[in-house]
This record gives sequence, C-alpha cells and structure tokens, in this order.
Amino acid sequence: MSADSTPNDPNVSTTKETANPAVDGSELIRFDKVTKRFGSNTVLDELDFSVASGKHVTLIGPSGSGKTTILRLLMTLMKPDEGTIKVGGEYLTHEERGGKLVPAGERHVREVRKNIGMVFQQFNLFPNMKVLRNITEAPVHVLGLSKDEADERARELLDQVGLGDRCDAYPTQLSGGQQQRVAIARALAMRPQVLLLDEVTSALDPELVAGVLDVLRDIAQTTDITMLCVTHEMNFARDISDKVLMFDSGRIIESGSAEKIFGDPDHERTREFLSAVL
Amino acid sequence: MQWDWSAVGEFMPMFWDGVLVTLQALVLGVIVAFTLGLVWALAQRSRLKVVRWPVTVVTEFIRNTPLLVQLFFLYFVLPEWGITFSALTTGVIGLGLHYSTYTAEVYRAGIDGVPAGQWEAATALSLPRSRTWFAVILPQAIRRVVPALGNYVVAMLKDSPLISTIGVLEMLGEARQFGSITFQMVEPLVVVGIAFIVIAYPASLLLRALERRLVR
Repeated sequence: MSADSTPNDPNVSTTKETANPAVDGSELIRFDKVTKRFGSNTVLDELDFSVASGKHVTLIGPSGSGKTTILRLLMTLMKPDEGTIKVGGEYLTHEERGGKLVPAGERHVREVRKNIGMVFQQFNLFPNMKVLRNITEAPVHVLGLSKDEADERARELLDQVGLGDRCDAYPTQLSGGQQQRVAIARALAMRPQVLLLDEVTSALDPELVAGVLDVLRDIAQTTDITMLCVTHEMNFARDISDKVLMFDSGRIIESGSAEKIFGDPDHERTREFLSAVL
Repeated sequence: MQWDWSAVGEFMPMFWDGVLVTLQALVLGVIVAFTLGLVWALAQRSRLKVVRWPVTVVTEFIRNTPLLVQLFFLYFVLPEWGITFSALTTGVIGLGLHYSTYTAEVYRAGIDGVPAGQWEAATALSLPRSRTWFAVILPQAIRRVVPALGNYVVAMLKDSPLISTIGVLEMLGEARQFGSITFQMVEPLVVVGIAFIVIAYPASLLLRALERRLVR
C-alpha cells in the first residue's frame, strides 16, 4: 500500500519508521498500568501490554472483558482513568511539559492519533456523502492532499477492496459487506501505522462475512500495517494473528502465538472460552 | 349585516400591498429564525461555559415571554436607548428572534439524533471540529428536522398579524385600515382569512411531501 512498505516481512522497518527510532521494528503501542472504570465497574485493571510494529494482534475473550475498550482508548474515543498509553513513542492522552506529564491538548492528541485508523462494527460511514467522498474527506481536510491526489488514492483503495465501480453510490445503496469494505478503504486512506478492527463482521449477514475477511487477509499479507483486532471469527484470527491475547475481567490471562492459544492453551478459562465459541 | 361585493373590490389594492408585506416579513423572519436558531444550537454545544450559559438564559427568556410583549419592547423601548428601526424591520427581528428559540430546540433534537457512531468516525479520522460539524453532523441533523422546521414556517405565518400592532401594514393591518376608512370590516377580514388559508394549506401539503422525500 504505502510506497515505502516492505510487503513480505512485517518485522523489517520501513524508511519512514527508521526516521523515528522509537518505532524502529519494535514497540509501537504500549499500555502502562491502564485502568478504565464505568461507574463501579472496572473494565480494565492496571493493564500492561505492548504491540510491536507490524504485528497482527487479536484480542479474544468473553464480552465485557475489556477488548473493545482497548481499541476505543487507542482511538481516543474514551480516556483512561489511570495509566498511560504510548503510540510510536509518543504519549497519546498525555504530553510532557516542563518534565511533567500533563493531560494532552487537542493538537497533540490529533497529531498522535493520525497514526491510528479504526473500522467499526456498525461501519459508521457518512450517509450524506458518496462513497468516494467518504474516503477523500479526511485525506483532503486532515492530511492536506489535493482533491485529485485524494481521489486517485481513494480509487486505488476501492479497487483493492473490490468496489472500484461504486464510487458514486451512497452508503445506503450498498450491502453491509460493501459498506464495511468502504469503511476499511476509508481508514486506510489515512495511511495509518495502526489499524483497529472492532468486531468488523459482527453486524454482517453471514454470507457477507467472507468478502470482508478476504479483504483484511489481503491487507495483513501485503502491507506492514500493525493490526489490533477484536473478533469472534476464530478461523480468521488463527490465520492472520502473530499474537493472541486472551482477556477476562479486564486482565490479560494468557497470551501467545495463534497456534499456542488455539491449539494448546495453558489457562482453563481460555479452554472454556474457545470450546464455547469454536 | 349585508355582504358588499363592491367593498371586496375596493379593498383589493390595499390587500395586495398587505400580501406583499406579509410575505416579506415571513421570508425575512424565517431567514432570521433559521440562522439564529442554528447559532443558538451550536452555542449551547460549546465547550465554553461562558458561551453556553448566557445563551441558555437568553433563549429560555425569549421562549417564555409573549411575542407581543417582545414586539412592543423592540418598538417602543429600544428607541429610548437610541436604537431605532423601521416598523417592518422591528417586526422581522421580533418574529425571527422569537421563533429562533424554537428552531434552536429543533436543531438540538436533530443534532442529538445523529448516531454517536458518526462522531466516533469523525474522531477516528481526526477531522477538524469545523469539518465534523459542517460536513458530517449538520447535514444529517438538518435533514431530519426539515419537517419540524417547516411547521414553524406555518406557525410564523399565522403569528405574522401580530406585527400589525406596531404599525406594519401587512394583510391584517391593511384590513383594519380599510375598515377604519369605510366602516366595512367584514369583507376585508374574510378576504384576509381566506388568504391565510390559501397560503398556509398548500404550504403544509408541500411540507408533507418534503417530509416523505427526506425522512426515510
């Protein structure tokens, strides 16, 4: 996708990343003692974890175990109650000022957040805009691309997700699967380093799921984008994941390679969960 | 009491002047009400308390006091502070300002009705606040509330005779003037009454058609 990417080896750093030593082939995302509560309910409990650049990480676990909360914290759709999150070596919700860590200003958040894209369960396309403009809106108004550049990029992405002929449709004229593929193209148009996938096939009719997962497999294989994925599609998770994190009650109870977690998990809860969903 | 067709004929020149003034007051009043209402609605969503708070006080105050009192205030009290407008301008401001507090509520409901996912998508794309409002949220919000806004156009039409009390010669004002000259009150009033129906009913039908097209 991006011109400077190295398609086949996710661990080889790109030229762009080499310029930034903090993300050079290593840690791209770090959660440090992150706690998130809703009222008296602690959704995340002093969570520590990190994701290396270019890796595909799947978060699994029963509903309410905090998986989606992690994605929403990363996308700054909510704020952590305690702890810090770093993306590409930069604090996401804080910034350093005079040696002290203070809550980040909007400009700082905006700058760090540009590296992150998200695809939602309910697509959340803009229904008042045609497909093409859904994709070009942010590249034009956030990245400052010219309309022609943005159009060209959008058409390439639409081709890639198999919707090259639907530029002029409105989202409501598309099937759920098509809408979700547009949403993927929209997120990728910002050329993020990190792509967050929040149960992206849960709202789809069963026969439309495969098309969306194929697109995501293709992206996982041909780009070096880092993926964080919350899904109930265990086969898909097994295919694309470098690492699987098993959540329960706001903690990671087990993590490991896809083969390990799906094949021979250590933890009893993981075993129970997988036998229930597989 | 006798119905006098010749009085109807004699009233016509004044009547048409009145129609023109009514429509003028209505169109200008609607523009004021729709624009100012949007300003109120956005201001009440401001992150700054110093913006939200005064706007809430002012709009609540205007919404909960009679339009007639507001018109008198604008027309008779403001000149004492050196602010003078023509009667028509005063009428347009009064009507527009009063109804802007209603349209503000309509816009607010429309904005609240836009799904949270739209805000989240805008955040995920890091769209600037102004783009989020004007390219994403408001087009969807306004589409939803066009029928409700339309109802206020009809309501403003029916409240427009109030501005005759400050001397604007719209339809009712012309009718009263005609009556005071000729002592024939029934004919002009009936003509004016029919004129309101003739304007308002097709407008309602048009709004319903628009509603069917926009709200899916």
